[in-house]
Amino acid sequence: MNDEQTFPPVSVEDLVSKVREFRDLGWRLVQIGAAALGDTIEVTYSFDLGGRLSNLRVSLPAEGSPRIASISSVYPCSYLYENEMHDLFRIQVDGMSVDFKGKFYRTTVPFPFAPRKS
Amino acid sequence: MPRTIIPFGPQHPVLPEPIHLDLAIEDEKVVDVIPTVGFVHRGLEKLVERKDYQEFVYVAERICGICSFIHGQTYCQAIETIMKVEVPPRARYLRTIWGELSRIHSHLLWLGLLADSFGFESLFMHSWRIREKVLDIIEATTGGRVIFGSCKIGGVRRDINPAAFQTMLAQLAGIEKDMREIVDVFLNDSTVKERLVGVGILTKEEAHALGCVGPTMRASGIAQDMRQLGYAAFDEIPIEPITRPEGDSHARCSVRCAELFQSVDIIRRAIARIPIGEIAVKVTGNPNGEYLARTEQPRGEVAYYLKANGAKNLQRFRVRTPTFANLPALVKMLPGCFLADVPVIVLTIDPCISCTER
Amino acid sequence: MASLGMTKLTLKSAFRRPVTRGYPLEPRRVIPDSRGLLVFVKDNCVFCSVCRKKCPTAAIGVNRNQKKWTIDRLRCISCGYCVESCPKQCLSLSTDIAAPTVTKDRDTY
Repeated sequence: MNDEQTFPPVSVEDLVSKVREFRDLGWRLVQIGAAALGDTIEVTYSFDLGGRLSNLRVSLPAEGSPRIASISSVYPCSYLYENEMHDLFRIQVDGMSVDFKGKFYRTTVPFPFAPRKS
Repeated sequence: MPRTIIPFGPQHPVLPEPIHLDLAIEDEKVVDVIPTVGFVHRGLEKLVERKDYQEFVYVAERICGICSFIHGQTYCQAIETIMKVEVPPRARYLRTIWGELSRIHSHLLWLGLLADSFGFESLFMHSWRIREKVLDIIEATTGGRVIFGSCKIGGVRRDINPAAFQTMLAQLAGIEKDMREIVDVFLNDSTVKERLVGVGILTKEEAHALGCVGPTMRASGIAQDMRQLGYAAFDEIPIEPITRPEGDSHARCSVRCAELFQSVDIIRRAIARIPIGEIAVKVTGNPNGEYLARTEQPRGEVAYYLKANGAKNLQRFRVRTPTFANLPALVKMLPGCFLADVPVIVLTIDPCISCTER
Repeated sequence: MASLGMTKLTLKSAFRRPVTRGYPLEPRRVIPDSRGLLVFVKDNCVFCSVCRKKCPTAAIGVNRNQKKWTIDRLRCISCGYCVESCPKQCLSLSTDIAAPTVTKDRDTY
């Protein structure tokens, strides 16, 4: 439980091919999570194989509408995480296998976790 | 063949928490399902901006009512790893004992709901009668029946003295005897088997590709249990994950019934080996760093991602609960089944929707 | 041959006394150490406000000038944080349950 965890960065273009490498080796998708930190949004992908944890991190600029490619072609179950990321953080995900078009979480304030320019 | 759309939920007698499924059916067989979640979304992840990291244990415990202790325990473990705090051994054993009691009460609750889903009300009441005895043990040792309030950063808040341990062992022996009676009904009664065997089959490859966790995954043959990671006292009490090869609802029920007895065994082993010592260490300062902690809840693997930068409030708190990971499996299992099997299949993934939507 | 486990369970519960409590004739069985109502004893209180700062739901109010201590009973979650942190041991948790109420007012001592 006290192992060192690393979050190696990956670019937006290499994301799908790196994720496909994980899938071919038999890793299971654990979570996809976003964190809004000021002027960047960090998206972390976590994978598990037999108890070992591996991560990938993509950093997106918070201005405008950050875009990222969907990994539903590799892991079909990722559409839930990507819809959640879109509804909470205003991240455009291209190519989701099931797209709820912003109606996954119906909140009174749209995109509640997105970084605000205040 | 004309299609009808039937809404299932959010209010349904069988569901413990609200989830909405639009079922497209053709003449009694389900062909498609569209899930809608978001009825219990409370935005708890945003509350880190208001409450500092020590107070947040109370919020983390209240994400869910059924699996509340292990939520608090995982949060404390993640903060303790970031701040490099060494938890005393007695506190780790106490957390293990309470975690396994929490697992027993959650599985008994689930068994009752499963019996209710195919209409077997008296078996539902028997399961919950036994659960009341477990809740009495929990109230006597922690002070609360559902929300334990005993984890804090650096250890636990209350101790259990040896006399209380002896009472707990005696009560557990009675509970185990009662559990054997109802597990016999769940696994061997012919009417129960008619409703469960062959319903909602999930193969091993599908379970792996869809990212299932917990008993849903173990009932399809994948042997993985997060307690093997060795957190709390599990590095000194090794366990074997319980698996079944069939992948249908009967297998999922059978895995959870076997886990009941495994948990009683773990509690006995922990009580026999618990060391004397203090129960908490003092924690000062603020956390700085990030960590992803994973533990085994009754429903599967929960992943807590925390990021801190030295302030009193955390920067980011993200929970990926096991039901969130099991929802794609539900969407995969439902097409092809009869309308009357829908409540049974929804319940076999053990949905805890308030966890899913924090 | 089908299992007769359920028959055995049903016959047992038919001939035993019921498990449920005979409310309202039977009183509630009290488990010691259970966390219930917060009890405040004003004699030793110095109005240091540590309990107000530690309360996670902001249920406690302390007014040093007027020497008043208030609590909102509906907000209190009986966590016991204030009990642990009071330097004069004025607070304790009893096993009683708060009485039902129809208004949201604060208890003042």
